[in-house]
Amino acid sequence: MRPIDYTAAQDVRGALQKLAARPLESAPIGGGTNLVDLMKIHVQNPALLVDINGLPLAEIQEVEGGLRIGALVRNSDLANHPLVRERYPVLSEALLSGASPQLRNMATVGGNILQRTRCAYFRDISQPCNKREPGSGCGALEGFNRMHAVLGTSDKCIAANPSDMSVALAALDATVHVSGPKGERTVAFGDFHLLPGSTPERETVLKPGELITHVSLPASRFAARSRYLKVRDRASYAFALASAAVAIELEGKTIKDARVALGGVGTKPWRSAEAEKALMGQPADEVHFKAAAAAALKSAKPRTHNAFKVELARRTLVRVLALAAGLA
Amino acid sequence: MSDPKQPPHGTGAEGDAPSVLDDGKTTRREFVGTAVVGGTLLAAGFLSLSATAQGGAKASSLEGPSVAPVPIKLQVNGQEHALEVEPRVTLLDALRENLGLTGSKKGCDLGQCGACTVLVEGRRVNSCLTLAVMQQGKRITTIEGLSQGETLHPMQQSFLAHDGFQCGYCTPGQIMSAVGFSREPWGQTDADIREGMCGNICRCGAYPHIVAAVRDGRGKQA
Ligand SMILES: Cc1cc2nc3c(=O)[nH]c(=O)nc-3n(C[C@H](O)[C@H](O)[C@H](O)COP(=O)(O)OP(=O)(O)OC[C@H]3O[C@@H](n4cnc5c(N)ncnc54)[C@H](O)[C@@H]3O)c2cc1C
Ligand code: SF4
Ligand code: FES
Ligand code: FES
Repeated sequence: MRPIDYTAAQDVRGALQKLAARPLESAPIGGGTNLVDLMKIHVQNPALLVDINGLPLAEIQEVEGGLRIGALVRNSDLANHPLVRERYPVLSEALLSGASPQLRNMATVGGNILQRTRCAYFRDISQPCNKREPGSGCGALEGFNRMHAVLGTSDKCIAANPSDMSVALAALDATVHVSGPKGERTVAFGDFHLLPGSTPERETVLKPGELITHVSLPASRFAARSRYLKVRDRASYAFALASAAVAIELEGKTIKDARVALGGVGTKPWRSAEAEKALMGQPADEVHFKAAAAAALKSAKPRTHNAFKVELARRTLVRVLALAAGLA
Repeated sequence: MSDPKQPPHGTGAEGDAPSVLDDGKTTRREFVGTAVVGGTLLAAGFLSLSATAQGGAKASSLEGPSVAPVPIKLQVNGQEHALEVEPRVTLLDALRENLGLTGSKKGCDLGQCGACTVLVEGRRVNSCLTLAVMQQGKRITTIEGLSQGETLHPMQQSFLAHDGFQCGYCTPGQIMSAVGFSREPWGQTDADIREGMCGNICRCGAYPHIVAAVRDGRGKQA
């Protein structure tokens, strides 16, 4: 790890000021589980860390039937919160499928949303990577790309977004609350992460010097019937090969409303409007689950080693829809 | 890497034990000492090779010029320690290298193995992925602080009773993780234990015995 300066902030204003003092070389640190990791392998090299753990953003509050979740709430606390378990089970399941209990005790909501890809070329500074070093090329396009994305890719980058929690937040219509030098703003979760396009180094709409302060979840009729399913190389403590978060509202046997998001296969947490459209107003049965899965993966662009993900994601989605509908 | 010159904390019981027993056998203490020195030479040799290849990496986890160490206070195992560390020093390195508490192990140093697990405010965390400066004012418990004097913590006893290890390298992390696990809202099945202990990898594959040890040890109060 390179030398760093360190300062701790006690409130949002103080943190923003400290970040602004050295705008190009400062970074906030939450749990540190992604940042310290990447600093050790020289992928991220901030010169100043602003510790935000003292900020009063570790609360989960009920607001207008929904939830307001502070950016510093630990992943384990969010997963085990009674209101989350009861009203947004998909979020609890997604969180509990991610990382390890130790890491979940450290990881924050803000840090989880902003965690970087696990692309092995991105993590190895001896390799070319457009995301880490714009214009240097992409080691994965013609390299070993078994873990990489099939949705939302570009000819510059095919890295998968690794977060499980974000897949659930995408399905739940979450809103990200941001504070910066110019004040506060909110961003719909679906707009928060960017597609790689020709600028894979830009991953979110967060600007340097801005902080995530909260995430809010609206009250919802369908979230209680929501599930997360993750498929990986070993039974636990591994990133997703494919995952799916779904929430459905049933009227009798008919799907009245649906939310579908995929993980492990997209360059960002992948909300699928196509799959939702294929489900809406249809009977909750395997035929329509399969139609939705086909729609979700229609635009998939598999590469040499990750073609299996297309069928794996389809099956994952069919299975989790059956679980959510109470048919499996 | 631990400093072989710094004796591990809490070895007072052994005192200045003679290094050779009457029958001429090496004591555990001397063996450990030799092993540590040997390991250091090996690592130094390896690192100097790669340093040549990469044009000057240092034989330490800290590269580049140093910045001034900052004075910090850590509350470890009920004792306050004042120390001076660079801000980039991880909690794991501060425990091992500054405080001589080498019970917490460095396996991967990247959050992937759990060997460095300690409790912060009673919750298990990976000490390799947090910085020492960030943990000031927090109650930190390491494997050295688990027993009450000579009386082992029930989870330690359970690992002994069930032979929950082979080489023992992952064991301090396993035990600290198991203590943290016991305080978390997990179910009672072995599947819960396996999932709840997934953050601790055992190279020796002692898992069946580890599960038995956790099953037995989790209900027992310290
Ligand atoms: C071995 C291992 C396995 C893992 N497995 C999984 C897995 O299966 N699924 C999964 O989803 N994740 C997994 N993770 C990733 C883990 O979930 C993330 O590392 C964690 O969520 C990051 O949160 P943090 O608070 O530690 O972030 P930090 O490391 O503190 O920060 C991450 C980034 O976000 C920035 N940041 C943090 N908070 C804020 C804020 N409030 N505002 C603005 N910027 C901020 C930091 O500057 C940094 O750039 C794994 C990690 C490891 C090490
Ligand atoms: S896939 Fe993206 S992150 Fe991976 S090497 Fe290519 S450009 Fe870098
Ligand atoms: S040494 Fe910390 S998890 Fe491996
Ligand atoms: S006992 Fe050897 S690594 Fe677990």
